[in-house]
Amino acid sequence: MYKIVGKTFFSENVVKLDIEAPRIAKARRAGHFVIVKIGEKGERFPLTIAGADREKGTITLVVQKVGVSSRKLAALEVGESITDLVGPLGKATHIENKGTILACGGGVGVAPLLPIVEAYKNAGNRVITVIAARSKDLIILEDQIRAFSDELIIMTDDGSYGKKGLITEGMEEAIAKENISEAMVIGPAVMMKFASMVTKKHNIPTLASLNTIMVDGTGMCGACRITVAGKTKFVCVDGPEFDAHQVDFDEMLLRLSGFKEIEKEADESYLKDHEC
Amino acid sequence: MEEKDNYLKSERSQQWREDLRKKIKNKERTQIPRVKMNEIDPKERIKSYVEVNCGLNKEQAQNEAARCLDCVNPTCISGCPVEINIPKFIKRIEEGKFDEAAKVLKDTSTLPAVCGRVCPQEKQCEAKCFYTQKLKKEPVAIGYLERFAADYEQASGQVSIPELAEPNGIKIACIGSGPAGLTFAGEMAKRGYEVTVFEALHEIGGVLKYGIPEFRLPNSVVDIEIDSLIKMGVHFETNFIVGKTATVEDLKEEGYQAFFTGSGAGLPRFMNIPGENYIGILSSNEYLTRINLMHAADKDSDTPVVSGKNVMVIGGGNTAMDSVRTAKRLGAERAMIVYRRSMAEMPARIEEIEHAKEEGIEFMTLSNPVEYLADDKGRVNQVRIQKMELGEPDASGRRRPIPIEGSEELIEVNTVVVSVGVSPNPIVPDSLPDLKTSSWGTIEVDADTFQSSMPEMFAGGDIVRGGATVILAMGDGRKAAQSMDAYLKGN
Repeated sequence: MYKIVGKTFFSENVVKLDIEAPRIAKARRAGHFVIVKIGEKGERFPLTIAGADREKGTITLVVQKVGVSSRKLAALEVGESITDLVGPLGKATHIENKGTILACGGGVGVAPLLPIVEAYKNAGNRVITVIAARSKDLIILEDQIRAFSDELIIMTDDGSYGKKGLITEGMEEAIAKENISEAMVIGPAVMMKFASMVTKKHNIPTLASLNTIMVDGTGMCGACRITVAGKTKFVCVDGPEFDAHQVDFDEMLLRLSGFKEIEKEADESYLKDHEC
Repeated sequence: MEEKDNYLKSERSQQWREDLRKKIKNKERTQIPRVKMNEIDPKERIKSYVEVNCGLNKEQAQNEAARCLDCVNPTCISGCPVEINIPKFIKRIEEGKFDEAAKVLKDTSTLPAVCGRVCPQEKQCEAKCFYTQKLKKEPVAIGYLERFAADYEQASGQVSIPELAEPNGIKIACIGSGPAGLTFAGEMAKRGYEVTVFEALHEIGGVLKYGIPEFRLPNSVVDIEIDSLIKMGVHFETNFIVGKTATVEDLKEEGYQAFFTGSGAGLPRFMNIPGENYIGILSSNEYLTRINLMHAADKDSDTPVVSGKNVMVIGGGNTAMDSVRTAKRLGAERAMIVYRRSMAEMPARIEEIEHAKEEGIEFMTLSNPVEYLADDKGRVNQVRIQKMELGEPDASGRRRPIPIEGSEELIEVNTVVVSVGVSPNPIVPDSLPDLKTSSWGTIEVDADTFQSSMPEMFAGGDIVRGGATVILAMGDGRKAAQSMDAYLKGN
């Protein structure tokens, strides 16, 4: 079960995995996520699905090495299996022809953005996509995104590729030229916070796809809770997409750091044990 | 009813029972004091997850079994949601035929070793015991004896498998592998059905695994019961969420003819008070899942857990007791229960409250949190507690707690566990628009048959009750199997 059948490194720390999971491949829609667990004593963590091949019965996940669990996942080779994989979870993106969509992806957030861009395009929308990363080697899935985008703006912090600047600058550029009906932002929480401030300024309805700490992913634990429009919501069952202008990103950023020290310590000890 | 009475009478009139009754005079039987459960010393047990109750030895069990008067009218059975033939199994223990006693339990209960540990016997069978009702004495320790017989069988390695009907090839899907689902699956397998249990998590057992801690119910005990089901031909699929991984429609296309939903009351409730989303405040579900299911306290587990010096648990139910006692075992210096009513109204089992007290848990009753405060990193560090007094009884019949103005105080905390109840898991109902649900989100079923508004869908346990006990869930699973069987046979 859940055998790795394809593995591609996008960069030293970002890897794309194709995994056998026929039922999930069939049932998943854009916006869905899965929960992954590596090894008997592994932790459960969420990853948004980056694509699927129904014929082959595989799903695609893109993982960035940030801690013990993501390193363990990225270390799996073709032929090896993921211990536990469950999904598709969350609510799928509500796709319809809305006119012009501004799709914004930061870092590995571009991976879950891809199926959404594809779905919006196939529904007849004009799609303007902005992708951003720190530098050229961290820009991922450019060709795939371009295939479903009417226009693609690439931004890098250091100017090593595309235009120099933050994602917000690329967004401003697109908004200045186009009449945007709706925006979608996916990426690190801090990027989503600032990206949604841009669209708020221009009164563009915006969805953010959130990735919080989760244990079960089915509404049981409440670890993923956030505040939206003053009310507590569970990202796993109420989301993962929410009205970005109503999300309390500061609280979300705090909650994401809840285990930071323990995680850092665990990661350092993992790296020490796995130095080659 | 009559059929059941006749069965009990004919069982009671068997020679071995007659002989046993004559062996000791009732007057002598009632003179025997009730057995005390052997327990691990509180100072020792708070250092590990070892089971607190050690069970009875043979002599203790046979002595306790001799207290049972083998009544003509065994009222105890009416207190049991799965109607175990209580006098029969107890008399088998008195006789020394412990494996026979276990077989009696298995006739009607799929999980006797579990029930013997977590059932609230004091409110069920033991409350209906002749000793309690008429003699005003301590009841026969039915729960301890149930556990004894079930453990004896488990330890013998000769776990009996109930007789199975000829396989009928009819595929049945059971959604959820908690006590309701496991019981349902066992009952259907006995009747010859081909049952597959679908479990959302990576382990089988539902609340028995993620919720109830090892010191109250060791996972190994649950695993032996699950093994029995596998031997009976029940299939299990983990990491499978019906309504997500595949829909009920998909499963029908794959040949499943009827469904039982026992997906539980998984959604934790919060109180919606200021500061409740600060770091270090978590639901009892999250806290217990991290420890029990994810083994976060083990050194080699990747799952982290917050362990604090001062841990406050909000609530007075069994889950609150499980959480606070877990906190103590994780090294909390101060492990506190904050409950808005008084000790008398506390819904947790008396045994759990007693065990908690022995372990040094502080009880702050007539107290309610109204606000959480945090440090500059957003980590909770204080709770504002308001004192309460009891007013008139409310809808639940318990006296309503009323805040006392100006009685607020601040208490230092590092971790807060919110254990104020759960709501039904919405995933299955949400995926079935035709399924009738209540405004609470529970699945509506016929009170006798457990059949839902979709004729091929039955449901039981907390997804129907909203938050009850292991044994009530098991009773539902058993009755749902009976009526699904009748439904599929067309009568």
